[in-house]
Amino acid sequence: MRALTARGELGWAVSLLVLTVLALLPLLTHRDDILNFVFLVLLSVALAESWNILAGYAGQVNLGHAAFFGLGALVTRTLWIRGTPILPAMAAGAVVAMAFSLLIGAAAFRLRGAYFAIGTLALGEILRTTVGNLFPEISTLSAASIAAYRLSHRYYLALGLATVSVAAVAALASSRIGLGMQAIREDEEAAEASGVGALRIKLTALGVSTGLAGLAGGLFAYYLISYYPSHPFGPQWTFDALLMTFIGGVGTVLGPILGAALYVFLKEYLAVRWVDFHLLIFGALFVLIVLLLPGGLVQAGARARRLLRRGEAARGRGGPTNLGPRPSPADAPDREPHLLAGARRK
Amino acid sequence: MTILAQQLTLGLMIGGLYGLAAVGLSLVFGVLKVLNVAHGELIMLGGYGAFWLFALFGLDPFASLLLVLPLSLLLGLALYGALFGFVVRADEETRVKNSLLIGFGLALVLHALAVRLWTADDRSIDTPYAGAAISLGGLSIPLVRLASLALAFTLIGGLHLLLKHWRWGQAIRATAEDWQAAMLTGIDVRRAYLLAFAIGTALAGAAGTLVSVGYSINPSIGLEWTLKALIVVVLAGLGSTFGTFVGGLFLGVAEAASAAVFGGPYREVVGLVIFVAVLLLRPRGLFGQ
Repeated sequence: MRALTARGELGWAVSLLVLTVLALLPLLTHRDDILNFVFLVLLSVALAESWNILAGYAGQVNLGHAAFFGLGALVTRTLWIRGTPILPAMAAGAVVAMAFSLLIGAAAFRLRGAYFAIGTLALGEILRTTVGNLFPEISTLSAASIAAYRLSHRYYLALGLATVSVAAVAALASSRIGLGMQAIREDEEAAEASGVGALRIKLTALGVSTGLAGLAGGLFAYYLISYYPSHPFGPQWTFDALLMTFIGGVGTVLGPILGAALYVFLKEYLAVRWVDFHLLIFGALFVLIVLLLPGGLVQAGARARRLLRRGEAARGRGGPTNLGPRPSPADAPDREPHLLAGARRK
Repeated sequence: MTILAQQLTLGLMIGGLYGLAAVGLSLVFGVLKVLNVAHGELIMLGGYGAFWLFALFGLDPFASLLLVLPLSLLLGLALYGALFGFVVRADEETRVKNSLLIGFGLALVLHALAVRLWTADDRSIDTPYAGAAISLGGLSIPLVRLASLALAFTLIGGLHLLLKHWRWGQAIRATAEDWQAAMLTGIDVRRAYLLAFAIGTALAGAAGTLVSVGYSINPSIGLEWTLKALIVVVLAGLGSTFGTFVGGLFLGVAEAASAAVFGGPYREVVGLVIFVAVLLLRPRGLFGQ
């Protein structure tokens, strides 16, 4: 979880090096395909990290995340096309997404666990359908804007946004409020009992998460030449964020970065030959990770070592005694990993 | 007026399928405390089963139910063995959360597989009698959809009898009520879980078959049907098969009515709004048992 702080200076050095290379990339290459690819990775990193804040740290699986990405896109695109400079337009998109989330947040957080998840899923679908009905026309840039289109502008915005998102998660992870989030994730009632203001902290997590999602949506609106306004509201944006985060490692800083890079790579690479084939691979990988490796790829090494040690310990005790079928469906409730509990484990 | 009545009648008929879709989900959730969000994808698979039996072997879709039902049952056994059997070992809160994730992954895989194997095209079974309709006081009632409604009702009645009189049906109900007490009376709870999951999957397969006859299927219908089933389950609560069926009919009619009032594109919204409202009124769970 604290890979960045635990390894201290090495982590900082690597981060700086990666950032420098990414910042110089548009000068090193003029190939649009490379820049587009890295852009998509960076956008995905921002989206996945934004989802990770609420789900990975505060333990609230928001399946309506696309609604906030979509709101950011809708507001940004509308303002920008009408002449507002892109940065204020994106800020406005983020504010609207955040304001909407806080408006519904108090009600939504009455729902716990899976009910929060399906409630937000329904909410996202309501918004998507409504936006699709209100804005049925495709949104296309004018000829003048297309002529003025510079990929490098989008690229640097994406780099900035991804950096901000990662930094926000890293700062949050070790902050007081981040610890409060993790306490809620592990056991909300116990957290409340020990003086954590659960609702306030969950609302803070929701606000930061949806604000970043709104910015990512704004970036998307700035990037694409034409799309249907309801497209960024589609549930696939939520699902992408969820997949990338879980496969990389939910509730970690590095996990969503790793997940996003792998996901976009596979998606772009496989899309050349097979549309949507990456979803087959990632769906299967996701199920395996949920069942076997709840900490994601980031935790794979640590978990493998622990399993080895446990195996030795079991041999030392003369091995497990498992005779016949297990009698109870809840025979090992405390040993069963709590998947949404992210990376922290004994 | 006739137009409205016509729309409401059609809504009632699709509502029967919503009910059938929801009964399977409700059974699995009620007994295993597992929320299978891939239920819609299982419906989709059932639809393709019937479609290919018709396209390749010319098998009548209503007759193919006799094949699709046992095949879906087997699929249910396999899915439980491979995936959901692991989920039920956890305590209840964890179970719901983990099953949500597993179901989500499964849905992705099934969707991607269906696109790979059968393309993303819309399909529907075009029987010679597809266009037949009876008119009733100015209303035109498509025969196929009427038959689907009747079959959905029959299947739900069958499930009701099964749960009421079959030995294992009673075991399933006892497990749903209180698995610890059920275990103490000597019921093999794991077996009850397995059976309930398989029956739930079979019902999804049947629902898919009926969808592919009167309506149409494609690999992406899963999410939509999962949501419909969830809405009905939330509306009707757990524990009553016929109650769930009535909930389905209600949703179908409510959708038709809102389409008539607000226009077609909003027909999906009304169910979702009801869903969110009911959830918020009962935030601790779907079913204040």
